[in-house]
Amino acid sequence: MRYSALGVFWHGLTGNKGWKPVWRNPDPKPHYDVVIIGGGGHGLSTAYYLAERYGIRNVAVLEKGYLGSGSIGRNTTIVRANYMLEGNSQFYSHSLKLWENLEAELNYNVMHSQRGQVMLGHSDGQMDMLARRGNMMRMQGDDAVLWGREDVRKHLPYIDHENARFPVYGGLMHWRGGTARHDAVAWGYARGADMRGVDLIQNCEVTGIRVEGGVVRGVDTTRGHIGAGKVALTAAGRSSQVAAMAGLRLPIESHVLQAFVTEGLKPVIPHVVSFGMGHFYISQSDKGGLVFGGDLDMYNSYAQRGNLPMVEHVAEAGMALMPMIGKAKMLRSWGGVMDMSMDGSPIIDKTDIAGLFLNCGWCYGGFKAVPGSGDAFAHLIASGNHHPAADKFLLSRFRTGHVIDETGNGATPNLH
Amino acid sequence: MRITCPICGDRDLREFHYRGAAKLMHRPAPDAGDEAFYDYVHIRENPPGLNRELWFHELGCRAWLVAERDVTSHEFKSVELAAEAKRGAK
Repeated sequence: MRYSALGVFWHGLTGNKGWKPVWRNPDPKPHYDVVIIGGGGHGLSTAYYLAERYGIRNVAVLEKGYLGSGSIGRNTTIVRANYMLEGNSQFYSHSLKLWENLEAELNYNVMHSQRGQVMLGHSDGQMDMLARRGNMMRMQGDDAVLWGREDVRKHLPYIDHENARFPVYGGLMHWRGGTARHDAVAWGYARGADMRGVDLIQNCEVTGIRVEGGVVRGVDTTRGHIGAGKVALTAAGRSSQVAAMAGLRLPIESHVLQAFVTEGLKPVIPHVVSFGMGHFYISQSDKGGLVFGGDLDMYNSYAQRGNLPMVEHVAEAGMALMPMIGKAKMLRSWGGVMDMSMDGSPIIDKTDIAGLFLNCGWCYGGFKAVPGSGDAFAHLIASGNHHPAADKFLLSRFRTGHVIDETGNGATPNLH
Repeated sequence: MRITCPICGDRDLREFHYRGAAKLMHRPAPDAGDEAFYDYVHIRENPPGLNRELWFHELGCRAWLVAERDVTSHEFKSVELAAEAKRGAK
């Protein structure tokens, strides 16, 4: 069923009784050309691009829970391309371009809103750093505007410009950055993949990966054995365990990142705003809730929930930047588990096992990467060659020393 | 989360700094080779259950601790001084 304004109007007139389930709920077939482990954003977009761009339609996505039940529905929905380093820069640029045509391509409203994302600076040194980052973003072909004090005052009149400890010196505005409706991204890709013949199999946990003579043969699941020509891992948060089924050991720790939303308010924050002197970022959803987040809880966790000290820390950072939010009531907080890689950058690569492909280590950056990751991973699975926008995300870089360490923190995954 | 420091007793999480896997205490010998250092610096077991890890009691006695913690429930099974853990391992 193709969605259109006329269709919405017609269904409205006929009592909205004509809407049908958007994807099938098939039983697994005995064999697929490609089996994707993990039905989150990256798995679903990989399946979609495999079918749409690379002509491989005999594909299954296996999800142990329900589609989109992991971090695709647990993030703060920010979409941006403001990376500096070779490797990251071209990849997120590619991903943002896919975002910009995503709704038309999927015929699905993912509520992508390019409202602008600004990083604030609070010292001369930080302004130099922002200028450098802005130049590198522009050299990549993306947009960045360096704002002085007056620009910030004009666009963000509601923040505390004269905070005694952290006065605002300026900021770096990335106008093509913004937000999107996270669940809708999963649903849009799921629908697109299903329409092209991909089997989306839910409540199907992979319990083993079968490898014979260095070649992958299929997977064992809670719904029986499924043969596969190729197996692709997109199980971020649980990558270490899934990879271990094939004997792989990864440069990844799993950490929990909390996020928060307030009650619905009238429009007050038109952009995505990042504080420069504490880890705090905020935007306002179309429903009106202020959606914000901060640092990891810092310790390894698979719990999908965090502890109170980080709630306090994020709230303090928010109050330092914009005291006006202090009266808003926080409705919910939640945690998502993320693959924190040892250099803060992801892995999209082949493995030493023929037919087994790896997509993991997304750290904080998984949501905005969903289109680019799916396209690049599908390209790799279909052709055996790395996509030009993602040819630096090699697993071997940790062995050879070619790490992509955007924050310069070294092998400390919780600090990236 | 609260951590029972062997010196200070039951203390708030905010007093502690997390460093990561306890394997970091066992640095390979200088001549151990690239593969050993690759494993030491970058590879983590990242288990879904009990994790052996290093905590620093930064706002307390400033002792390094080795804890065993269930990373799914956040429950601590044991906490000991890193110095004693290292001595015990030898």
